[in-house]
Amino acid sequence: MLHDKRMNMTMEVLFRQYPYAEDFFANFSLQPDLKSTVGLFFTSLPEEVCEDLGMSHLQLGEQFLSYLDHMQRLRNQREEIHSITILGGYNKDGAPEESCLTIHAGEIVSIVGATGSGKSRLLADIEWLAQRDTPTKRAILLNGQPPEAARRFSVENKLVAQLSQNMNFIMDLTVAEFINMHAESRMVEQVDKVTSHIIAKANELTGEKFLPATPVTALSGGQSRALMIADAAFLSTCPIVLIDELENAGIDRRQALRLLVDRQKIVLMATHDPILALMGERRIVIKNGAIDRIIETSRQERQHLLVLEKMDQQMTAVREALRKGEQLAGTFSTMAEQNTE
Amino acid sequence: MKLITVAGPPSSGKTSVIIKIYEALAAAGCHAGVVKFDSLSTKDLEIYQKKHIPAQVGLAGNLCPDHFFISNIQDCLQWAQRKNFTLLISESAGLCNRCSPHIKGALAVCVVDNLSGIYTPQKVGPMLKLADLVMITKGDIVSQAEREVFAFRVRQANPSAIIIHVNGITGQGALEASRLFYDAPELESLIGSQLRFSMPAATCSYCLGQTRIGNEFQMGNVKKMELS
Repeated sequence: MLHDKRMNMTMEVLFRQYPYAEDFFANFSLQPDLKSTVGLFFTSLPEEVCEDLGMSHLQLGEQFLSYLDHMQRLRNQREEIHSITILGGYNKDGAPEESCLTIHAGEIVSIVGATGSGKSRLLADIEWLAQRDTPTKRAILLNGQPPEAARRFSVENKLVAQLSQNMNFIMDLTVAEFINMHAESRMVEQVDKVTSHIIAKANELTGEKFLPATPVTALSGGQSRALMIADAAFLSTCPIVLIDELENAGIDRRQALRLLVDRQKIVLMATHDPILALMGERRIVIKNGAIDRIIETSRQERQHLLVLEKMDQQMTAVREALRKGEQLAGTFSTMAEQNTE
Repeated sequence: MKLITVAGPPSSGKTSVIIKIYEALAAAGCHAGVVKFDSLSTKDLEIYQKKHIPAQVGLAGNLCPDHFFISNIQDCLQWAQRKNFTLLISESAGLCNRCSPHIKGALAVCVVDNLSGIYTPQKVGPMLKLADLVMITKGDIVSQAEREVFAFRVRQANPSAIIIHVNGITGQGALEASRLFYDAPELESLIGSQLRFSMPAATCSYCLGQTRIGNEFQMGNVKKMELS
């Protein structure tokens, strides 16, 4: 059998020292004898059991040790990401991309550009920690340094959490069960407390409140988005949150972004929506496969943003009114007057 | 020659992902071919041909697809050698979840999709548990939380694999996967090579064409359920 000191432990000692080891056996529906040593347990598994699991004694033992190592790494504090730096590569015509952009934790950057201009490639370069080895030849630095090569293929250290309009919940679980499950997979302590906190935060973002017992599949678009954002803020390990549009329906977008920023996330937002584009402190303009410009949101633009938000609210009010079967006559004419003034 | 065995449950996105990876390999100047193994007629040959990907299709018909695969893979490798490919990708549908197509010395890949449910990783046998690389697909339509939980479940089922997210529609992650394909070990022949785990076995009367039901018609390797 395998030479590893953990193989000589009794199951009882093993479970005390590595509580998560129990999950490994539970997943394979195995019930080990607490007095048996780990090594003996694996070697004495009946042939039929191995056959049903689809692994030999040795393979199962190896997978078990590998599982313990992974879970240990998952519990260890991970390195904090304070900044990412994008070193320019080349555009689609081979001309150099004259930019070097550093984004810090807690910052919001919008990404604008026509469809097919290379927004997705930029995000993919970040996710893959490109080192001059993608079609754009960009390089990505973490905390000002080239990242370790092993980081690239480590699903546990994924950098980017994604949130897009196409995403839905598909699990047949209630909100509380769902968040609990995510928290457990993250090995956080005080799972129930974390769960109720996330549900409370999500409810602050959405106009229509939901309960812990609501099935996730029954949530409205706005409620789903609110829950996804609160969950990404508090439970996702990824330091970067990538948002691909955030619709206006039933969610306070400004507060949603603040929640992520308060948790020191780096927020990248690909959008065609003027309000979202201006909510970033800076916006990256992508053209022909490269960063064309980086624009700071000016003081004047911030003031325009307030006007745009007001127009947006009016639009929402009109939509609501029509939905309720009202007529536009009175309210709409005053609004129209205000806007033309 | 490098051989990459790609397996995964039906409709998990194997073909789409292979096409995206093929394109990334071709862009890097790597010449690859694909062999698709299926049970019944498949449209995949047309799909590959449309993309100008050199491909062959083998249909197992009434044989166990796994047994059919392993009896033919050496010939497929020779086809790839005749064609001067640097890399051969075999694609097989893991129809019974107990499939075990992975070979020692060849890069073993399993494709599973986020929509298949979080209990799937535990239910899939050697094709997932003994893979070197697990590619998770359809991540663009489920929430981040579900992606993280699903990846965690895959990690529990196969603690030593590299796990990556690949999107068969947008191609996200395909370039990264192509690098792993390209780094697969070299091999010249499979003669004498070993499977990572034995294949599903059955030599009973039904294997020989029996169609009637009942104890007296059952012979050979028969396994009975324990009912309470």
